[in-house]
Amino acid sequence: MATSWVDYAIIGGKAIFIWGFALTLLPVLIWFERKGAAFIQDRAGPNRAAVFGIRLAGFIHNIADVVKLLMKEMMIPPMVNRAYFMIAPVIGFTFILTAFAVIPWADRLVIGARDIPMQVADLNAGILYILAITSLNVYGIVLAGWSSNNKFALMGGLRSTAQMISYEIPLGLSLVGIFMVFQSAQLNEIVRGQGDLLFGFLPKWGVFVQPLGALLFIVAAFAETNRNPFDLPEGESEIVAGYHVEYSGMRFALFYMGEYVAIVLSSAMITTLFFGGWQVPYFPTEKLVANADTWLKVMLSVGGVGALAFAALMFKFSHHVRGRFGDLREQEGNILGLMHVVIGGAMLFFFWKTLSMGPMPEWGARTVAAVAQITSFAIKTIFWCWVFIWVRWSLPRFRYDQLMRLGWKQMIPLSFVNIFVTALVLLLVWR
Amino acid sequence: MQAILFYLLATLAVAGGLLMVGLRNPLSCAFSLILSLVSLAALFAMLHAEFVFILQVLVYAGAIMVLVIFTIMLLNLRKEELEEAPVGWMRGIFTAVACATAAFGAIRIFGDIPPGSAELAADFGSMEAVGRSMLTDFIYPFEVISLILLVAIVGVVLLAKKVI
Repeated sequence: MATSWVDYAIIGGKAIFIWGFALTLLPVLIWFERKGAAFIQDRAGPNRAAVFGIRLAGFIHNIADVVKLLMKEMMIPPMVNRAYFMIAPVIGFTFILTAFAVIPWADRLVIGARDIPMQVADLNAGILYILAITSLNVYGIVLAGWSSNNKFALMGGLRSTAQMISYEIPLGLSLVGIFMVFQSAQLNEIVRGQGDLLFGFLPKWGVFVQPLGALLFIVAAFAETNRNPFDLPEGESEIVAGYHVEYSGMRFALFYMGEYVAIVLSSAMITTLFFGGWQVPYFPTEKLVANADTWLKVMLSVGGVGALAFAALMFKFSHHVRGRFGDLREQEGNILGLMHVVIGGAMLFFFWKTLSMGPMPEWGARTVAAVAQITSFAIKTIFWCWVFIWVRWSLPRFRYDQLMRLGWKQMIPLSFVNIFVTALVLLLVWR
Repeated sequence: MQAILFYLLATLAVAGGLLMVGLRNPLSCAFSLILSLVSLAALFAMLHAEFVFILQVLVYAGAIMVLVIFTIMLLNLRKEELEEAPVGWMRGIFTAVACATAAFGAIRIFGDIPPGSAELAADFGSMEAVGRSMLTDFIYPFEVISLILLVAIVGVVLLAKKVI
């Protein structure tokens, strides 16, 4: 097949799409983290930073953060190993971004003669590629810990290596069951396999055919992202801030961003492997394409009405706080409400247009199906991102020996049990 | 394009190996080895052996080298504790010249082997192909290797534990 500039443009567009998805979720996740923590601890959360009185419920704090981090002096302590010190945060961030290449976000989009796989690279051993790349990711933390020339940083780096090695094993082993059930390691194939129904009513999602595997994978994924309850590498109460104790300014921010991108990656992996990926439950691709007309109408009308309802809520809020602040903050609700009136109005207008529209062309139906699948994938991924934050603010940190015992003595034997039981069931029941 | 990439990666792989031997700082040595291993993995990827590429990164660069670095960091050697270079400059140069001569001779003698003409199977280097050949043709070496590893693990436990 001759590759023309259109193919290159499509590949580039796909790479930009998935990176855009991951990086756009960053500020959203930081906002989730702050507001979620506040919600769980019964506080108001950040609500002071404002641009012309617009606070967007604390969202503007992200801009304030970025400005602060950019303005901060980037300290380089005199005794550090300079080259390694500078390159460490970059390693952590880059490798995680590379791993997004194999995540599928919709079924293959067939437009005319063109068959576009909705993932950047359709590798034969897809999921193992992510494992390989994330296993390189630990070097960022290790290098940061070692080059800082600080005993707390070194402790953080050491803990991180031990933790990564220990939890990569159950992470990999819990995938074997998925490989056996879906007979493939290609992510798109695994997702397509999850479109069938189990016993006629349950979607054949990974979590329903591999419950133990899903549990083990999710726990190990938490450990791999260094999130609470597994955030021992940075454990503030024990080793100050672990591997990034000597970092400041944007270099520190790179570690932080890397952590959140890792959360997005883990959520995308959990979604893809165990929660149906881009599958819309009960609607496999062919059925989606056949009913694309109805789907378009439902999406537009529900979206439009939802936006209008949100706008009404915002107007009510604005009315509620009238005269309380005496500045632009009172108008916040009105501005947000107006924006949503425009969005909702446009959606309802297009909905009205679709009513008088003839039958949809083939490419249109396929595009609608792809949009529905992307929405399904995004909703599930964002839900799992929220679970990461939920867990962080609900559970205390492990002690180091507890962490090792859980990894080696409980999770690894359990994942072996999972493999044997899956093989037995497949051999006796499904064959 | 392919030739440029190949020479770049090959140079990186060789340079990583040389730096591994030549550098003083043990952590730098370990990272040079990682550079060499990853470049080798990229060469596998260029040969369309995706699964071999992933295994090379996952097992060597991702797992074994993490263990090596873990050990280095645990020892945390200071500069003063490192020994003086046991090999002088002159001897190093002589070794390099000898190696280069040997390599040149080897290329002259074996360089004329014609490239293989058989076409690759469609699933060359894929997960299924590697797994099938590992569990059918090479099942005996595979099992023997796992036995050897088991012996090594038992030996380590025996050495590390004073009283069992």
